[in-house]
Amino acid sequence: MKSCVLLACVPDTASIIKVGAAGNRIDEAGIKWIMSPYDEFALEEAVRIKEAGSGHVTVLSYGPDRVQATLRDGLARGADAAVHVRGGEATFGDALAIARVLAAAVRALGGFDLVWAGIKGVGSDNSLVGAMVAELLDLPHISGVLKVELGDGKVVAQREVEGATEIIEAPLPCLLTAQKGLNEPRYPSLKGIMASKKAAIRTFSVADLGLDEAALAGAGCRWRALELPPARSGGTILDGEADPAAAARELARLLREQAKVI
Amino acid sequence: MAGILCVIEQRDGVVRRASLQALSQAARLSAPAGAPVVALLVGHGVSELAAELGAFGAARVLVADEPRFARYSPEAFAVAAQAAVAEVQPRAVLMSATTLGRDLAGRLAARLGVGCLADVVKVWLDGDAVVAVRPVYSGKALATVDGGASSPVVVTLRPNVFAAEPMAAAGAVETLAVPEVPIRAVVRDVVARESGELDVAEADLIVSGGRGMKAPENLALVRELAHALGAAVGASRAVVDAGWIDHAHQVGQTGKVVSPTLYVACGISGAIQHLAGMSSSKIIVAINKDREAPIFKAADYGIVGDALQVLPALTAEVRRLKAEG
Repeated sequence: MKSCVLLACVPDTASIIKVGAAGNRIDEAGIKWIMSPYDEFALEEAVRIKEAGSGHVTVLSYGPDRVQATLRDGLARGADAAVHVRGGEATFGDALAIARVLAAAVRALGGFDLVWAGIKGVGSDNSLVGAMVAELLDLPHISGVLKVELGDGKVVAQREVEGATEIIEAPLPCLLTAQKGLNEPRYPSLKGIMASKKAAIRTFSVADLGLDEAALAGAGCRWRALELPPARSGGTILDGEADPAAAARELARLLREQAKVI
Repeated sequence: MAGILCVIEQRDGVVRRASLQALSQAARLSAPAGAPVVALLVGHGVSELAAELGAFGAARVLVADEPRFARYSPEAFAVAAQAAVAEVQPRAVLMSATTLGRDLAGRLAARLGVGCLADVVKVWLDGDAVVAVRPVYSGKALATVDGGASSPVVVTLRPNVFAAEPMAAAGAVETLAVPEVPIRAVVRDVVARESGELDVAEADLIVSGGRGMKAPENLALVRELAHALGAAVGASRAVVDAGWIDHAHQVGQTGKVVSPTLYVACGISGAIQHLAGMSSSKIIVAINKDREAPIFKAADYGIVGDALQVLPALTAEVRRLKAEG
């Protein structure tokens, strides 16, 4: 079973986000970059499938040099090979352009039974790249999988929709996107971390893949401006320590008469 | 003037409210230019639903009612939407950012070779451009985005942000011919979860519990208030990771990002990842023992006190007020 896991390198979820000088991106000063949390589930599942039988796991990321740390994190968590497509500045936030680059890389590497991604990259929050890559590669896809079983040339997966669980079957090769709940990702072992530091990362430019990054940029989505949400303040906070029931009655009254939500 | 296509989602023979919100927004966008709004309804045994879409602003309703569309498939529905795009030549394709909409939008946009503005909370037309505001970094920031050179632009609308409002239009129903394509990812079965439970992603009211509820059995108090309000039950990451409740309920950066009318946080301190996921709620209520908890900075109303003591009293009072009418 050959798997390719698409990794996004994103700001740590604990980051405080500020607007950068350009006005349409975040201020990257002081940001710690991590593997997007949903990609951890995707990678873990690909590695478990390999460990349960045989196979090979490639991690692939498109972005500036910092994604190499994410790729090494992937190697430390059990991937066998890492591929870096350099670039991503011009195509920032544009899921279509990113998907075109990733699809070209997957096609160039070739021979995968499963292509994995997280259901969403925590950051741009598009939740688009997985399905786009599948369409561009003419693969079936199942998004947000919570359970995966492999059979003879096929995959059976469970996913969650509002109020129900769907059981979906697809032939291989197939693209899957991972949802939280699929598994409990492992921490990288010390041995894995040491080995990953020395591992070779194959690198490509976007041009190596036969694409023109400048021409891809802005084709699908451009970020015009970025702003912080208005700060909330001045809430009515009641003391419920002495008499919780009285505070509860007053809160209910306020929600009905003032906020008009009950 | 190029119109707007709106993909309508139905489940079990009922048009989803989130789709009526998207259709109403399509009508509001189109009205100034007098451009037509066209609804697309894909499914099996859904034709009779087409009639109600005229009342929400659809000038035309394209219907693909065939057995092969009985269950959602991203491949088949993308081909149906592509056929509708070819027929209508719209400048934008709108749909709600439900599980189906988020999934379909990516497949459709890539198939058309166009961009997608995902999970937007505002959308407008600026000359030739389709412009939108969308929460990014799980709501820690808001990006104003446009669809670049794309035509049409696919847009998914966050549920419960746009109002659904009746607007009379012709609602002329037409059958849409959709080419045959192989469906490779096939839904074999659909199993309903805990019946009658609302999903936080779609709910207009949410009551969430966190570690301050102290024990998994105490989440019953959260459920009782939710039930009294007609709200969905949410949870913080801490209690999901502790196994108190299924992760489908998790609100926050690695859970669902929500914008309900009312969000009640019970025993939730307000980690930055949780605040990111719910701070765009219209009214936020916090109940927490710790006066210094960050959740109070986001709250419109709050009670400093033990949620285990406050909740039963609050539930009783809500029931009493609701009984009064």
